[in-house]
Amino acid sequence: MAQFRIPGPLRRLSEGQVTVAVEATDLGSAIAALDARYPGFKDRLLDANGELRQFVNVYLNDEDVRLGPGLGAKVSEKDEISIVPAVAGG
Amino acid sequence: MAKLLGLKCRECGAEYELQATHVCEMCFGPLDVVYDEAALKKVVSRERIEQGPASMWRYRDLLPVEDETPIVTLGEGFTPLVKAERLGEELGLSNLYLKNDSMNPTNSFKDRVVSVAISWARAHGFETIACASTGNLANAVAAYSARAGLECFVFIPVDLEPAKVVSISVFDPNVVAVRGNYDEVNRLCSQLLESTPWAFCNINIRPFYAEGSKTLTFETIEQLGWKLPDEIIIPIASGCQFVRHRQAIREAIEYGLVRDDRVPALTGAQALGCAPVYNAFKSETPERVLPVKPDTIARSIAIGNPSDGIYVNRIVLETGGVVEAVTEEEIVAGMRLLARTEGIFTETAGGVTIGVLAKLARAGRWRGDEVIVAYVTGHGLKTADVLASVDGNARRVEIDPTLKSFREKVNI
Repeated sequence: MAQFRIPGPLRRLSEGQVTVAVEATDLGSAIAALDARYPGFKDRLLDANGELRQFVNVYLNDEDVRLGPGLGAKVSEKDEISIVPAVAGG
Repeated sequence: MAKLLGLKCRECGAEYELQATHVCEMCFGPLDVVYDEAALKKVVSRERIEQGPASMWRYRDLLPVEDETPIVTLGEGFTPLVKAERLGEELGLSNLYLKNDSMNPTNSFKDRVVSVAISWARAHGFETIACASTGNLANAVAAYSARAGLECFVFIPVDLEPAKVVSISVFDPNVVAVRGNYDEVNRLCSQLLESTPWAFCNINIRPFYAEGSKTLTFETIEQLGWKLPDEIIIPIASGCQFVRHRQAIREAIEYGLVRDDRVPALTGAQALGCAPVYNAFKSETPERVLPVKPDTIARSIAIGNPSDGIYVNRIVLETGGVVEAVTEEEIVAGMRLLARTEGIFTETAGGVTIGVLAKLARAGRWRGDEVIVAYVTGHGLKTADVLASVDGNARRVEIDPTLKSFREKVNI
């Protein structure tokens, strides 16, 4: 199963869990699965149009998904999906 | 006077206590410092500022440290604002000014933000200062940590310019060279944050750090005789300082430091090799800034995923500025133009700023008599390697130590 890494500010939603394993084929379905298990994630990660929110970076095995296929990115076993607040650096 | 009230989310308005945190738990928006504006209004005045030290700390009332907080300073800020007669003549601009922030203690504008950040961190019990950096920030963090006697960890891309590595390492910090680009270094640090008790200047204490940028604009206004310019050209990396310059103008008007309330156009400069904000500005959706993989000699501003990018474009549109970008050749040409006309040697990021200034001037953006200020944010020795390809020998001759040899080789 693919593993989400949950950042500090969102761990209240995941009942304190740092990692959450989900069954999914792409990033969109992985987020849906995460939200089914811990409701609230979808709202925090996606905007009204179903796109990733501006202030959320998602990395699939350390690659920024916005540099690739975005929510359509294929997800397989052993993949790690990191959610990282975007407001940093500079 | 306790002037600091807390932190507030720029997006949803959620409020937080003053603490080392940078993102809103509700919406992930950035947090900004909230001041007691009513109390400040009674205190802040031109006279009070003019009596202050000849450093950026003359604006202490408008910075996020309380009166009793000891500051960590190397005399940063209050850098020269010079009228650029010769460059102005070349570009057809009769009121062009350069804010030469390469004159700071570690030769870049980062000394401003770091002086504030480390002062805040030390006063709040942090023993280790850290940062993710394209070089200039690490340089400042290493120097100011040494000055404060604090532990220091700087995270830099492994292929940083050699001159920057030397001027960081001399302060003896822990240097972590990460095999990746700046955006990857930044992500690593964002993740490390949760397992270290460190103050990352540009991450968890970013709300305080960012405030230091305002002083660049306060000084510009004061040095213009307490007047707002018509336009300011600012290099864009994350967009963090750009946003603070808009805030500084707001505060200068709010606290009566200027009589005029006509907000200057704020214009952004990027390198085409890393132009996510420019790309968005030119698109149908300027507030949708998509990340890019940087590939430019302007390393100090090579941030492919700029966290404040959408705010930059919002401010540019609000104030009537533009975002423009230049090629690698135009960057070097900008550095040489500034050196040749004004005697100022700036790094590649400054080449971007001057390149954009020249490009806009030549494209006829201005009538010619507007008061325009360009922010030159770092010194040329930091990136001297890019000039290796420049023909520096064009006007060089080699002679014997005799009058005969001189007369033979030099035409005067």
